[in-house]
Amino acid sequence: MARVGVITFPGSLDDRDAQRAVRIAGGEPVALWHASTSLEGVDAVVLPGGFSYGDYLRAGAIARFAPLMEELIPAAKAGLPVLGICNGFQVLAEAHLLPGALMPNASGHFVCRDQRLRIENAETAWTSEFGAGQEIVVPLKNMDGRFTASAETIAELEAEGRVIARYVDVNPNGSINDIAGVTNEAGNVVGLMPHPEHAVESLTGPTTDGLGFFTSIVKGLINA
Amino acid sequence: MSEVSELNPELSPEPNGVASGPRTDGVARARATPDHPQPYKELGMNDEEYGRVRDILGRRPTASELAIYSVMWSEHCSYKSSKIYLRQFGEKAPKTDALLVGMGENAGVVDVGQGWAVTFKVESHNHPSFVEPYQGAATGVGGIVRDIISMGARPVAVMDSLRLGAADAPDTRRVLPGVVSGIGGYGNSLGLPNVGGETVFDPCYQDNPLVNALCIGVLRHEDIHRASASGTGNKVILYGAYTGPDGIGGASVLASATFDEESQAKRPSVQVGDPFMEKLLIECSLDLFKAGLVEGIQDLGAAGVSCATTELAAGGSGGMAVRLDAVPLRDPNLLPEEILMSESQERMMAVVTPENVEAFMAVCAKYEVPATVIGEVTDTGRLVMTWHDEVIVDIPPRTAAHDGPVYERPVAVPADQAALQADTPARLPRPSNRDELRKTVLWLAGSPNLAAKDWVTSQYDRYVLGNTVLAQPENAGVIRLDDESGLGVALSLDGNGRYTRLDPYAGAQLALSEAYRNVAATGAQPLAVTNCLNFGSPEDPGVMWQFARATEGLADACLMLGIPVTGGNVSFYNQTGDVPINPTPVIGVLGVHADVRRRTAMAFAAEGHKLVLLGTTYDEFGGSEWAHVLYGHLGGTPPQVNLPAEAALGSVLVTSAQEGLLSGAHDISDGGLSQALVEASLRGGLGVRVALQGDPFVELFSESVARAVVAVRPEAEARFVDICAQAGVPISTIGVVGGDSYTVDGAFTIPLHELREAHTRTIPALMDQ
Repeated sequence: MARVGVITFPGSLDDRDAQRAVRIAGGEPVALWHASTSLEGVDAVVLPGGFSYGDYLRAGAIARFAPLMEELIPAAKAGLPVLGICNGFQVLAEAHLLPGALMPNASGHFVCRDQRLRIENAETAWTSEFGAGQEIVVPLKNMDGRFTASAETIAELEAEGRVIARYVDVNPNGSINDIAGVTNEAGNVVGLMPHPEHAVESLTGPTTDGLGFFTSIVKGLINA
Repeated sequence: MSEVSELNPELSPEPNGVASGPRTDGVARARATPDHPQPYKELGMNDEEYGRVRDILGRRPTASELAIYSVMWSEHCSYKSSKIYLRQFGEKAPKTDALLVGMGENAGVVDVGQGWAVTFKVESHNHPSFVEPYQGAATGVGGIVRDIISMGARPVAVMDSLRLGAADAPDTRRVLPGVVSGIGGYGNSLGLPNVGGETVFDPCYQDNPLVNALCIGVLRHEDIHRASASGTGNKVILYGAYTGPDGIGGASVLASATFDEESQAKRPSVQVGDPFMEKLLIECSLDLFKAGLVEGIQDLGAAGVSCATTELAAGGSGGMAVRLDAVPLRDPNLLPEEILMSESQERMMAVVTPENVEAFMAVCAKYEVPATVIGEVTDTGRLVMTWHDEVIVDIPPRTAAHDGPVYERPVAVPADQAALQADTPARLPRPSNRDELRKTVLWLAGSPNLAAKDWVTSQYDRYVLGNTVLAQPENAGVIRLDDESGLGVALSLDGNGRYTRLDPYAGAQLALSEAYRNVAATGAQPLAVTNCLNFGSPEDPGVMWQFARATEGLADACLMLGIPVTGGNVSFYNQTGDVPINPTPVIGVLGVHADVRRRTAMAFAAEGHKLVLLGTTYDEFGGSEWAHVLYGHLGGTPPQVNLPAEAALGSVLVTSAQEGLLSGAHDISDGGLSQALVEASLRGGLGVRVALQGDPFVELFSESVARAVVAVRPEAEARFVDICAQAGVPISTIGVVGGDSYTVDGAFTIPLHELREAHTRTIPALMDQ
């Protein structure tokens, strides 16, 4: 069974939700503590949402220096599948595993809504269960979700198909080009602002569309 | 720096902070200087109370002892004006096995079955939220969350009940956005879903907004913890944030005095919150409980160290010795009496056996939570505190924590009460044709109190923890407790200041009825009650009459409905000058779902399902939303209370949910049947077509109690009729779900897009200006 680690930083909030999503997708969730120095041999890692270190200094800026990140960064560069959700995306950007930065929402408010997305790249480790162009609805909730990057970087991301998901209907935070998520060149590291782990059960989510991110990794690892 | 520095005018801090030595106002000095003048009046104590402290101690209190008694005997901490009325919640409590811990602890604990228990409580943070809306509201959330942790429970959701001045008043645009950001900023950072509440506007709250925050926590039966310090030699550990000058005097001065122009100058008295530390405190505390390292626990809220030490010592078997100079400080210049009164947030106090101290410290270190041994449990029966080895406090702890003054304040019917009730809405012109009826629907749907509150709730995380089954704008918040069995709870928080102003006895019962109905509408069996009683000054006999009547009404109704009060909070002095707010008891009802997968949602989303109105509609418009919105009128009497009908309606809704008979259900309250149809229809994205018998105005807008409108699954119609007949609930089939408009035959048709526009644009238009 695919073992998927979920790192808990001080201030992580959606760690249990990410573990549940892995379980529902058929994987084995493994709780990882930020101060540990071992990834415990997991097959993939999720950095969950939340406000690690209270978002003090900058969202993700302190978590990026956690001891376990010292292990994760080289592993990710070597191909370990990593998904950063919301605050996890912010941590990955701060760690330069992904390009760009997440700035405060254009509205100045925290926003929580059921958000329509279009999957733009269904080739990554975390999106292979979707079809390119497929539209899904998952919760979005963030304070600092406005993706931004230099014009060159944006052009590069767009040209290489590294924008993996885009906001549809409403751009909730002012992200450039409606970007909701991006991937690295290898396609193993994905950052996503919305929260697929909150859309894995019809009882508690607006849809079960989010499950695809987790089944992608679980099935991909089994098939690999 | 603060009011408290005046405690001892002769005493100024040394350059490097330590005010010790011969000039410290210790017990020895207090004995030696019996006539030393003390600023007890500035601290909110009267001559009699001060005299009583002197009698208890047999001498004048030290500055630190005066600080302790003044905060512990403040209205906020001692309930001295309300106590004689609150007793009836216990005396009239219905017989129930559901209560594992009753009133008096940090929060009541309710048995919800399968070995699970739930604790829930609502508290006000009204005055701080007016002075500094963001921090006032944020720390209101923080305080109630710590109450829940200190029962041994994991907090799993929050709710908030907000009341503000007129929606278009300039100050409302300062207070509401600040309060919402504060609740969101704190609650979102803790990872607690916000699952419901209210946002109500009325000019009476103009300079006195109400911010009532509720938290619900879950625990196993065997995990209940209490505030008591037992076991001589056990250590007293203060853990969490360092102590600073935040909110000094907050408890006694801010919450126990009427607002005036000076309020703005009290900004430093409002506490500042750090939700990140609180999140660490939650996880750290739960780990400490799980490891069995805690003998007694108390959160630090109003009155800080004073409250925690006296409560723990009074709740235990013996006494306590505390080295106050061991308290870690953020500001080294704090005087001992300031440390005692500081309301710095994110702090807890635990009693730990000596052999467990090391393990306790290790858990705190894991979470990087500072923890310090500041004293130990003794067998002296006294709370003794030292400051650099000098005794500065030596008191019997019960005298501060439990045996404060109790007042039976004068009570008198307000002078205008009879005239108010005589001024009925009968004189108000009603819509006289189809077009006016149509306009009335839209006016009400878009009026600030009934309009969609997405502007507020979209700033709150309702998804975190992954157990939110229903959240605002649903009838009630529903949370799953157990993934396997589906066990869960429903909670609703309701109040109506206008009803209560017209008739306080009925008003409190109507708030309870509405919360009960909301919980039942989801299919949950109502189980227990909490309350936050927001009133004006207890020194005003008219206000005290309102309080007496409202508490009596609530206690009587809880007895009749068979659901006990588990705890609550009283907030007095909600007034500006001589003008009190409308008396506003906010009532929370908790219900249990054996399986949340059986819940009923409010949306009408199934084409062709029949709409059935449950209950009886009377011509009742006193205190109604219609009279308020169209005429700014408040007069007459509120809708007639009918608790047996409420219970019968509840039983129908619960049984129907369990049997899966309904595709949607919505309670009928503010704005009447019309507003219920608007909300359920927009929620489901499908229209409704109804035909009404009788006067369409009364049918659509009356606020008669014990009613709901439901959409019945076609195959379940016969069974549903049977259940209603057995319960004695009158029903009438009024229409059908479907189409893309809200249509009342022979009266009007409103396309859903027009309705949605009217319902959703109001609050953003007011707040985003």
